[in-house]
Amino acid sequence: MIEIKNLHATVDGKEILKGINLSINPGEVHAIMGPNGSGKSTLSYVLAGRDGYEVTKGSVNYFGKDLLAMEPEERAAAGVFLAFQYPVEIPGVANTTFLKSALNSMRKQRGEPELDAMQFLKLIREKTKALNMTDEMLKRAVNVGFSGGEKKRNETLQMAVLQPKFAILDETDSGLDIDALKIVAEGVNALRGPERSMLVITHYQRLLDYIVPDHVHVLAHGKIQRSGGKELALELEKNGYAEFGVNEAA
Amino acid sequence: MATPHPPRGFDPAAARPFLEQFDRLKAELPGATLSWVRDLRDQGRARFAELGLPTVKNESWRYTNLRALDKLAFQPAVKAETGASFDVLPTVRAEGTTGPRLVFVDGRFRAELSSTAGLPEGVELLNLADALAHQPDLIGEHLSRLAAPDDLPLVALNTAFLADGPVLRIPKGVEVAEPIELVFVSVGSDEHPTAFHPRSLIVAEANARAVIVEHHIGLGTGPTLANHVGEVFVGEGASVHHYKVQREGLNAFHLSHTAAKVAAKGVYDNFILTVGGKLSRNEVRSELAGEQADTHVSGAYMVRRDQHVDTTTFIDHAVPSCTSREVYKGVIDDTARAVFQGKILVRPGAQKTDGYQQNRALLLSDTAEIDAKPELEIYADDVKCSHGATAGELDDEALFYLRARGIDKETARGLLIGAFLAEALEEIPEDSVREAFQGIIAGWQNAR
Repeated sequence: MIEIKNLHATVDGKEILKGINLSINPGEVHAIMGPNGSGKSTLSYVLAGRDGYEVTKGSVNYFGKDLLAMEPEERAAAGVFLAFQYPVEIPGVANTTFLKSALNSMRKQRGEPELDAMQFLKLIREKTKALNMTDEMLKRAVNVGFSGGEKKRNETLQMAVLQPKFAILDETDSGLDIDALKIVAEGVNALRGPERSMLVITHYQRLLDYIVPDHVHVLAHGKIQRSGGKELALELEKNGYAEFGVNEAA
Repeated sequence: MATPHPPRGFDPAAARPFLEQFDRLKAELPGATLSWVRDLRDQGRARFAELGLPTVKNESWRYTNLRALDKLAFQPAVKAETGASFDVLPTVRAEGTTGPRLVFVDGRFRAELSSTAGLPEGVELLNLADALAHQPDLIGEHLSRLAAPDDLPLVALNTAFLADGPVLRIPKGVEVAEPIELVFVSVGSDEHPTAFHPRSLIVAEANARAVIVEHHIGLGTGPTLANHVGEVFVGEGASVHHYKVQREGLNAFHLSHTAAKVAAKGVYDNFILTVGGKLSRNEVRSELAGEQADTHVSGAYMVRRDQHVDTTTFIDHAVPSCTSREVYKGVIDDTARAVFQGKILVRPGAQKTDGYQQNRALLLSDTAEIDAKPELEIYADDVKCSHGATAGELDDEALFYLRARGIDKETARGLLIGAFLAEALEEIPEDSVREAFQGIIAGWQNAR
């Protein structure tokens, strides 16, 4: 379903991705692990369609379509979801307004009827309950004044409401204590299913204790250096990234 | 006092066509048989003859050039326009309800579209021409006391031509629950540019309260010049909530001068939303004349194409222990230009003054422009005064975040623009007005 071939991308004229190859089938959870500066976030932004990330070579086939030719909103409507490492604060836009606009905008693009206020409220109540979120968090402006954990829960809530086909989780564990991590991981695991693929991007193995991947890839120097099963993550945890020519302070 | 030479920054030659028109017209203007009215008009005429129109060399008009007015041969709107139909006039009221409303077309009162039904006893709501003809004593004490011609050429011009406009007087202790709506329609003529000079007078006696909503719309295609002057007297403990939305056409020049004087413990709350007009300027002056008086002078504007919008405010803290607050937010697109000049004066002895001013602009194109000139002039030492001015673009990160959630680019921009302006609209405590204004903002975005 998702086929990334020889993907090269530059940011400000500097080549960050230097030939990524990756295939993800429906229902699979892939983890990409890598040190800082390896290109992890660049990959997630390129897949989501952020401006300023220029693809110079390669292709991304998404359900038979050229993903790279689509606008960010078209990708979202087609089921691509990026859970941001740093969710953006949007003062003045209420969280519920944002979620309702997002959901209805996608439904519209897909030719489905939009939800009215009552239908939306019912849906959102059900989803927030599962994530241990309060009504108050829905009334507040998007991510404004949210703690790190609240922001990540909010990302997970959006994922639960928007029901993507392909979710990219960019360093979802960053800034979370263990309790918050568990809540978020539970939320993510609840969304796992035979029709939904995930790409979990992380620096540390810890997250993968809670979101257990089917495949693990090591990204360094803009390329996938090694692929394996979930045991690869444990090996990295033990030996670090030194094997891939990366020295990081512990 | 006549000065032999015009001060720097004025163009007396620009006055000529208006003066000739005035001289032909003055005998027919309402109240022409009253000597004090004649004197007032003659003072206005004399001062305007000395000054003419301000030029960009005038400090107060540095960023707003009125030269375009010179090139248009404006004719005064003498007869009430009757051709236009008014099926739907703007309102903040719920559909199907009616309330007190005065309608002016090209500056002239239209009785058949107006209503004063339902006002509490003793409240006077009428048009100036009627007041001049039948109840001159109602206005004689206040007219031209706050907005005096002096160095204000457009006030002088308005004073020469003053003929019609709303007059509202609320007696002591009376609260008017219903919003009083004032609708100003510019129609003009296809044959020549049309000028009119509406004059408003609002007097709220001690502990009176009123909510006034002005709607300014345009229906014609010919150029129009609406040169408004308004005076607002807020008595002790009284409160006047004065809201205005200007959405005239792109052939309209809209110049407006509002002067308020607030007595002890009084509140004057002014908010102006501008979306229309080719060139508009709103000058608001609020004088805090009694202790513990409070004034809010705020607004929002959205301009595009080659629109020009000027907001010039002057808050005069004349006595101790008063508060003032200004929040302006504007969105500027295409080659449009906005001007903000905000002055806060704290006079000697006006201790315990609390003044706040904020002006923020959102530039949607590389060719949009904002000129901001905040000015604090403080002659007391125990005061709290702050101001801030910013200009920025839409937040790219926020835009991407919204789009990554499936919200199309235009809608995402709309959400962010609405959120930006929302902060200014929060300054409006009246729900009906705030919601109506939010609707106008949404309409502006959809009209792209």
